[in-house]
Amino acid sequence: MATRGFTGRNSGSDLSDRIPPGQHLVENFPVLTAGPTPRIEPADWTFTLKVGPRPIKVWSWSEFNALPRTRMTRDIHCVTAWSKLNTAWEGVTIDDILADAGLSAPTPFALAHCYDGYSTNVPLADLAAGKAMVALNYESQPLPRDHGGPARLLVPHLYFWKSAKWVNGLQFTERDEAGFWELRGYHIYGDPWREQRYTHD
Amino acid sequence: MTDAAVAAARWQRCTIDEIVARTPTIKSFFLRLTQRFDYKAGQHVDIRLTAPDGYTAMRSYSIASAPSGSDMIELAIERLADGEVSPFFHDVAQVGDTIELRGPLGGHFLWPGRSETPVLLIGAGSGVAPLMAMIRYRKASAEPVPVALLLSSRTWNDVLFRDELLELESSLSDFRLALALTRERPTRPTDFGKRIDAPMVADVAARLSASPGRVFVCGSNAFVEIAADAALGLGLKAGAIKTERYGT
Ligand SMILES: Cc1cc2nc3c(=O)[nH]c(=O)nc-3n(C[C@H](O)[C@H](O)[C@H](O)COP(=O)(O)OP(=O)(O)OC[C@H]3O[C@@H](n4cnc5c(N)ncnc54)[C@H](O)[C@@H]3O)c2cc1C
Repeated sequence: MATRGFTGRNSGSDLSDRIPPGQHLVENFPVLTAGPTPRIEPADWTFTLKVGPRPIKVWSWSEFNALPRTRMTRDIHCVTAWSKLNTAWEGVTIDDILADAGLSAPTPFALAHCYDGYSTNVPLADLAAGKAMVALNYESQPLPRDHGGPARLLVPHLYFWKSAKWVNGLQFTERDEAGFWELRGYHIYGDPWREQRYTHD
Repeated sequence: MTDAAVAAARWQRCTIDEIVARTPTIKSFFLRLTQRFDYKAGQHVDIRLTAPDGYTAMRSYSIASAPSGSDMIELAIERLADGEVSPFFHDVAQVGDTIELRGPLGGHFLWPGRSETPVLLIGAGSGVAPLMAMIRYRKASAEPVPVALLLSSRTWNDVLFRDELLELESSLSDFRLALALTRERPTRPTDFGKRIDAPMVADVAARLSASPGRVFVCGSNAFVEIAADAALGLGLKAGAIKTERYGT
């Protein structure tokens, strides 16, 4: 249904291979968070890897920072319909985290847990093979607090709520267990190219 | 939790029934739904505009009207210069136009419902929209919840829903209103003539009969950061402070 009188700012642009359906480009980096921004000092920061309820390994900030670093430049897509191209990140891939813990493919699914109580579920297939990382830097600077600093998950090919801010752990689960937004009406998987915004999309 | 609401969140067409200029930069749009839905105060809808070539633009807007069972909802949209969607609503959209929308959406920034714990609402500009739905609902439902609203606006004339809020302040016994005008000196002694800060939030919280158990903050990210930190400073747990950030 065409809307009477609407032409659109990006109408006719040829970025359709970069911008998923229903998304529009932004130059700024909007912040969307459901509560206050947590304040976490690197000295207090830890990252815990669990399989089911069982903790496998806990890293301190300095131990985590000693893991191999990877850079990724990716387009990101927020469910509130903005997309941002060529965002540059640096961090530790999930593959390298698993390797350091001596694990390969613990279970098919995972839940990321965060300092503010937030959680989100991502299949292992979307975390492994260089697809995702725990990001520590954004555009060559330490990750700002309101964008999830000191560390956030980065799963750039899914809607950005999956890239959980203030991440403090990854828990591998046998079943795909819904996280915070997934329990509140958002899609269990969240593929922007299939416009999986809400539960029944 | 909001399963029923989610199932109903399909795209539908609605008609612009009425347009009301609220402030120099904010207009209310009354939309008549073809498929009525139940929603909670605090929820939003997604609006989708489609160009003749099929290009679409989508944005979220909070529902400012109180849940009432009506097939009409009110959105309050602020005109952002150079924006794509909000100038369309202000400059092009007319009564009788058909608009695509889906809702209700959002399962977090929700009026807590049956509870007598005082609620502190903090908003800036058009960010009062979901808070207005809560205040209107609070009035209509006669729930005995004390509510205080701290609302930041540029000037007296930029205060969204000003006359209705002033009326509620005098007619609703446990509703407190404090305006923070950032570009004008206030005339009422209970208002502030500066940007929001932690002492201001504490001052307004203290006007409630008991300390607030819930805080809702809505506005730009920069505003929400200050207000949410100030609410933490009141001693509230982070989980009791809900924020809605309009992105910018
Ligand atoms: C849950 C939620 C609820 C909301 N509720 C409300 C509400 O009740 N009322 C309300 O008014 N708003 C609300 N918003 C904000 C709303 O969704 C829109 O973001 C807002 O209306 C701006 O949209 P726009 O298309 O006019 O501006 P956009 O086109 O998105 O641009 C926003 C600003 O960025 C600049 N800009 C960005 N990209 C470009 C570009 N490529 N070229 C030029 N300029 C650019 C523009 O100058 C403009 O000032 C809500 C947001 C959320 C997430």
